[in-house]
Amino acid sequence: MIGVLTLYESTIGKKVVMAVTGLILFGFVIIHMLGNLKVFAGRAYINAYGVFLREVGSPMFGHEQVLWLTRIVLLVSVGLHIWAAYQLTRLDLASRPVQYAMRKNQEYGYAARTLRWGGVIIALFIVYHLLHFTTGTVHPRFVEGDVYNNVVIGFQNPLVSIFYIVAQLALALHLYHGAWSMFQTLGLNNSNNKRIWRGLATVSSTMLALGNISIPLAVMLGLLR
Amino acid sequence: MPSHNTLEESTRSTAHDDDSRPMQLTLNVWRQAGPTEPGRFVTYQHQNVSEHMSFLEMLDVLNEDLILRGDEPIAYDHDCREGICGMCGMMINGIAHGPQRATATCQLHMRHFKDGDTITIEPWRARAFPIVKDLVVRRGSLDRIVEAGGYISVNTGAAPEANNIPVPKPNADRSFEAAQCIQCGACVAACPNASAMLFLAAKAGHLGLLPQGQPERYRRTVDMVAEHDKQGFGACTNMGECEAVCPKEISIDFIARLNRDLIRAKLTNPSGY
Ligand code: HEM
Ligand code: SF4
Ligand code: FES
Repeated sequence: MIGVLTLYESTIGKKVVMAVTGLILFGFVIIHMLGNLKVFAGRAYINAYGVFLREVGSPMFGHEQVLWLTRIVLLVSVGLHIWAAYQLTRLDLASRPVQYAMRKNQEYGYAARTLRWGGVIIALFIVYHLLHFTTGTVHPRFVEGDVYNNVVIGFQNPLVSIFYIVAQLALALHLYHGAWSMFQTLGLNNSNNKRIWRGLATVSSTMLALGNISIPLAVMLGLLR
Repeated sequence: MPSHNTLEESTRSTAHDDDSRPMQLTLNVWRQAGPTEPGRFVTYQHQNVSEHMSFLEMLDVLNEDLILRGDEPIAYDHDCREGICGMCGMMINGIAHGPQRATATCQLHMRHFKDGDTITIEPWRARAFPIVKDLVVRRGSLDRIVEAGGYISVNTGAAPEANNIPVPKPNADRSFEAAQCIQCGACVAACPNASAMLFLAAKAGHLGLLPQGQPERYRRTVDMVAEHDKQGFGACTNMGECEAVCPKEISIDFIARLNRDLIRAKLTNPSGY
């Protein structure tokens, strides 16, 4: 057990923490997106889905118990993910005190380069998103339990919709690199299966962005009202 | 380097007319008198470059001119000049070892440049590679990583019969791929985080794939990773820049393998470590 804990001391260990928490969050955002799409099935359907999330696991678990368990796992994951990202970023910035006058990237593109700032946008988004649709604190007409109403009213403000869309693009970019990266970090990647992981990352990040963006877009175009 | 020049002269005199027309280059070279002196770029007009020259020969000729002028020649590392020793290496127009893939600086030829080009030349830059002078950096930090575990322990005495230990062919091939690492440090130089993960993964993978490397496999992984971090290299963010500039085209698959071995070492404690 002691050995396991010392894993975190190394840079690779910190990356493993990022990859495992990233995998948990990755699984969550996929399921969350599929849940969100139920808004297209109508008010009754998505509101019933909202009730289901609170009662899931019954009768083994009580009201909101599974929900809170999930929330705790996710919050701890986000916390560890950001903590490791912060520590690694500090190490990485310190490891080259004098920058090159000229440096040309050979391989990595926009997605890999924006991991850190993209992460910051996602973190800010998570805070706003919780205050918006979970607690309703920053929502103009929040009705507890009426998910459909909250989504449609919420996205009628174009600034809010645009922020959601930007955040989804940031998340898609993050996962375009991140979802592949986690397989490399966990040591699952090799030259035989490289294309499978790369493809999985590309397809899942694209679907994620399209699925989530379709909702504010549909509200702004008047398709959901 | 007089012998090199004579060689160069003779190639030039037998070459076709077109080939022998000298190229003219503008070079921006990082000059730094010592480890703690401030450095700066100095611009040189090089009038006399043949496309047959290697990059280092091009610099040799410039240095001859500098010496004749009474200037200090540019310091850079080199030894074998045939891509096997790992001594040479510089940042050439923003790319470690220059624009030609799978090629160390000494094997890069001037035909990959055009007459009139401007070339910016910088030393490897990393906290773990302090500058000695001009383009020469100290890469002892890589030696420290090897010392931490890049070896196998054997009894001395009569050498055993080599074929006594069977090695599966795919393992032998993979191991040999990793063993090609010449410890040039280009992977560190090119890495946005100045991480030496590709080097470390090559050294650990090379031994970890062979039967002789098994007894110390997990201890080696743990110790080499710890030394890597201690030397002040950054963390790998899986960008793949290292693989792109490695003169031996070592794959980042070896980094995945290293990660796997470290996770296994910590989770299952296989060699009682
Ligand atoms: C829904 C939210 C998120 C998901 C699904 C997610 C997922 C991932 C995944 C899968 C990786 C790859 C891990 C690896 O390379 O092994 C990663 C890397 C990274 N993430 Fe996130 N992430 C999320 C939020 C964030 C946030 C909020 C931040 C920062 C504030 C952040 C910063 C980073 C950074 C800097 C890396 C690169 C780490 C490195 O390679 O050293 N992420 N993320
Ligand atoms: S892995 Fe490649 S780039 Fe890095 S030190 Fe070895 S040969 Fe040079
Ligand atoms: S001088 Fe030996 S590899 Fe270039």
